[in-house]
Amino acid sequence: MISAFFIYNQKGEVLISRLYRQDLKRSIADIFRIQVISNTDVRSPIITLGSTSFFHVRHENLYIVALTKWNANAALIFEFCYRVINVGRSYFGKFDEEAVKANFVLIYELLDEVLDFGYPQNSEADTLKMYITTESVKSERAVMEDSAKITIQATGATSWRRSDVKYRKNEAFIDVIESVNLLLSAQGNVLRADVAGQIMMRAYLSGTPECKFGLNDKVLLEKDPSNRRKTSNTVEIDDCQFHQCVKLGKFDSDRTISFIPPDGEFELMRYRTSDNINLPFKVHPVVIEIGKSKIEYRILVKANFSSKLYANNVVLNIPTPLNTAGVTCTASSGKAKYVPAENSIVWKIPRFQGQSEFTLTGEANLTAMTHKKAWSRPPISMDFQVLMFTSSGLLVRFLKVFEKNNYQSVKWVRYMTKAGNYQIRF
Amino acid sequence: MADFIKQNAGRFFANNKKGENAELLADLNSEYRDRRKDAVKRVIANMTVGKDVSSLFPQVVKNMQTEDLEMKKLVYLYLMNYAKSNPDLVILAVNTFVKDTDHVNPLIRALAIRTMGCIRVDKILDHICEPLRKCLQDDNPYVRKTAAIGVAKLWDLDQERALENGFVTILQELVSDSNPMVVANAVTALAEMQESSVSKDIFVVNVAIMNKMLAALNECTEWGQIAILTSLADYKPMDAKEAENVCERVVPRLQHANGSVVLSAVRVIMIFLRYIRSEDFIKGLIKKMSPPLVTLLASAPEVQYVSLRNINLILQKRPDILQNDVRVFFCKYNDPPYVKREKLEIMIKLCNDKNIDQILSELKEYASEVDVDFVRKAVRAIGRCAIMIDEASERCVNVLLDLINTKVNYVVQEAIIVIKDIFRKYPKRYEAIIPTLCQNLDSLDEPEAKGSLIWIIGEYAERIENADELIENFLETFLEENSQVQLQLLTATVKLFMKKPDQSQEIVHRVLETATSEIDNPDTRDRAYIYWRLLSTNPEAARAVVLSEKPPISVETRTISPALMDELINNISTLASVYHKPPKAFMGNRAFSADAVKKAAAADARDEEQIIGDAVLDASGAPAPKNAMADLLDLDFGSSEPAYTSPPVSSSKPANNSGPNYSADLFDMSTDMSGSSGNVFGGMGGMGGMGGMGGMGGMGGMQQQQTQHQQQAPTPARNDPFGDLGGLGGFGQPQQQQPTKPTQSSAENDLLGLF
Repeated sequence: MISAFFIYNQKGEVLISRLYRQDLKRSIADIFRIQVISNTDVRSPIITLGSTSFFHVRHENLYIVALTKWNANAALIFEFCYRVINVGRSYFGKFDEEAVKANFVLIYELLDEVLDFGYPQNSEADTLKMYITTESVKSERAVMEDSAKITIQATGATSWRRSDVKYRKNEAFIDVIESVNLLLSAQGNVLRADVAGQIMMRAYLSGTPECKFGLNDKVLLEKDPSNRRKTSNTVEIDDCQFHQCVKLGKFDSDRTISFIPPDGEFELMRYRTSDNINLPFKVHPVVIEIGKSKIEYRILVKANFSSKLYANNVVLNIPTPLNTAGVTCTASSGKAKYVPAENSIVWKIPRFQGQSEFTLTGEANLTAMTHKKAWSRPPISMDFQVLMFTSSGLLVRFLKVFEKNNYQSVKWVRYMTKAGNYQIRF
Repeated sequence: MADFIKQNAGRFFANNKKGENAELLADLNSEYRDRRKDAVKRVIANMTVGKDVSSLFPQVVKNMQTEDLEMKKLVYLYLMNYAKSNPDLVILAVNTFVKDTDHVNPLIRALAIRTMGCIRVDKILDHICEPLRKCLQDDNPYVRKTAAIGVAKLWDLDQERALENGFVTILQELVSDSNPMVVANAVTALAEMQESSVSKDIFVVNVAIMNKMLAALNECTEWGQIAILTSLADYKPMDAKEAENVCERVVPRLQHANGSVVLSAVRVIMIFLRYIRSEDFIKGLIKKMSPPLVTLLASAPEVQYVSLRNINLILQKRPDILQNDVRVFFCKYNDPPYVKREKLEIMIKLCNDKNIDQILSELKEYASEVDVDFVRKAVRAIGRCAIMIDEASERCVNVLLDLINTKVNYVVQEAIIVIKDIFRKYPKRYEAIIPTLCQNLDSLDEPEAKGSLIWIIGEYAERIENADELIENFLETFLEENSQVQLQLLTATVKLFMKKPDQSQEIVHRVLETATSEIDNPDTRDRAYIYWRLLSTNPEAARAVVLSEKPPISVETRTISPALMDELINNISTLASVYHKPPKAFMGNRAFSADAVKKAAAADARDEEQIIGDAVLDASGAPAPKNAMADLLDLDFGSSEPAYTSPPVSSSKPANNSGPNYSADLFDMSTDMSGSSGNVFGGMGGMGGMGGMGGMGGMGGMQQQQTQHQQQAPTPARNDPFGDLGGLGGFGQPQQQQPTKPTQSSAENDLLGLF
């Protein structure tokens, strides 16, 4: 349970303060400012002073802070803080100091609704938007008629969906977005490689549709012996999580994903896999320190996917030491330049055809330093997007929609792989 | 758009001219609705920044009677904040509240009952009961779920009244409500009331209630699921079968997108595992828990932190979990420091002879990072691996040597401290590296590193050709050294003398003379006296004391006592599980008086000792706040609570809340505390040796001095209460960073050796 909730700006000014319990006074807000915001050495997101615990999350230029005097559920409090941020983003586009100041009345309304006596209540942005609105001028009649329906929905078993949704054309879009995380050792060994996938859905379906969703999930497909031969390319999913609309009990018993989707865009599931990962890019860095004044770079990047595909916005961040005076470098494709503020060479390749490879050669000149400390050689990090490619090999097999009106619906699927934490040590 | 926002924001926040309240007053009384609303908004903005707008109370409340929902909410918000300062005027609002609870619009009914509960003024109490009863039986689930929490609010103010009016019974009935959210809120309210009730019979989870909760579990919101899972954890299953059933119902929650739901489900499963007998079933559950725990590491860093602390706990309880997943705990370059620290801890816990190479190369990588604190921990971790896994010790030593060759000052110092432990664990195995260590003599400036190297020199004096020169070198600054280093030097010199008497007679004489005549610190002085007299009366006894065999050291990866562990498992996902401390250690004043806390603290002394040991290991003491500050703070803002007595954190454990600087001292204190139980390495042996000496050498006075000294020990600012005793026992190591657990027999060996 949360005793109080504050939002501060970076200077430590209170933008929002809401007390839910009497065990705290507003003056407690100053304690947080002194102990955390003006303290340069904060080493934990949870701080207990006396018997009051402060949980904080930083977002944009804000501190989102929840306080409790109880042995509260710490994971819940942080998840809740992030939920507040998400609701805020959904309402205002961006959740920063400006947005909070401009909408403080609405934020108070929201806080009153999502947290009662310190216990989180309904925090689904879509549902909240039905009865906490930005334009307060609404005809009284409409409010009264609606509110009975809204309240039933806000507390109901499918609190995420209105029952009276209607579309002329029933469509559903599925986006499979994979983030590849890679940690490659200096010797070129894969220390860890995994894929964090996200399946986003935009459902424009009328009524109360029951959906069934199928992936080339190894566990599911191998359960059925008749399938075993023809489906060789399956994916072993380590773990997955679902939007609250998915019937978890059903998934647990027979691994089918069935749900009644919310209207519009939502994240249907997240998954994680570490088996058989197809790394889209291989990087071979050769970085040699020549004496104390020079470093030579030779970086080779190779695209490992089909030549029919291409990657967009490929960026490599190649670190240079702090005492770099200047860098000369040439790249066989794209643009490379030294960015002193980031202590790195930034190499941008806007379009990267599959199976092709490019190199960067360069030299960093170092200034002499009196106190020589070995350079820590932070890893090269990489960013990219590859369309119509999944690192894990995951495919959507089907999406079936059942509705009592039996309408036809059109489904679209897109795949994308992007860089998560793609780091190469050298 | 951006311009508009700026203007808008400025309008409410930046307007702080003099006499603003007067202006607001006029606006609040305005005949125009827009103007009044605007004024109320400004009042709220002022309230937010901490200005006192309580004088406007009557005018604001006047605006409560309106059909404009937004306006109503604003006035309510104001009321909740200022009702306490104007208790007499609150009565003005009561009528509107009561009327609103009859409103056709369920949102307004709920709003009224929600707000009424938050106004904590006695006058309201007289009027809240009827509306609350109505709302609890409202047709609309939204109103009912709000009223359910309302009962908890009333209970918090006046338990008697809640009981008399039968609200508790109504609430208990709501657990069977058809709407899942109402069930969840009823459970939430009842659980809180149960905790603060005297009779403890408000909410006892039995089979019937459990089944109702399980039924609602699938349908309610994520937060409701957490409430239900939390209460479910309190249920005591009748047999293994039932426990298995509950686990099966809870397991699907592990797939929830909300990390706190996952952790709450993990808690239920971990608790119910205690009742399950079937090994296969247990294995199956553990297997199902692993992937979701790993997935938690992909969440926001703060949630990761909580998860990692819990994984740490779960690993100690069920070491077979996550055995093959050590890679996922490898730190990312840009993880926040608190996440890296926890990952490191877990990596060491998962370390075994199969993955040690991977882990070592990771640790070596970390040792070249920028964050000094983290680098030190990585180096220490290498040492722990060496001590834990015999076969890998050589590889660890090689990595450490590589690190020493980097010549990065703090890395070198840390590596030397760690190597000292490896020397203790594997005596005589790695002597060949001593020359390398000695090359770095000049770069040492931290007492602990210096002390470690001196200890190594003393211990291996016979193998180091120029040991006397090295010691001599250190002795030049003897008087300026930290007492820890002085003690080490003293012991090392005596060892040197024992091993190479002809080279060092002069040195030892000079050191003892200096120490006894010029040093004020009683620890150093007294140790010098003891050595001196030992040497002059009975060199053989001195040899037995100074060169006695040292008890082995080991790394305890499980640092939490079983009793505390059970309590922490019951609290998975809560603050207690993050701190690895029982809840009463940091939230004492809610349920405990200072006395009770003290008693509890005494009972937990053993546990705490271990926690402190642990805290030293993670050294940063990150979860622990600054203690003195906490004291003052609590006094300051706690003043509004008459029941409050004294800050429990400080009274129960002065040691625990330290920053890194203090941790070493604390460890000493904690070991000192438990010295009587014979658990401190060397403590017993040293004392025994002393007693024996007193009798043998006829130096009764010494013994007395020693006892006296022990009483003083905690007082001198920064001495080392067991270090000198330990020195007597022959291992003059002021600090051992691992909580060491020698066996009783080794202490006895020491004694035997004497006679």
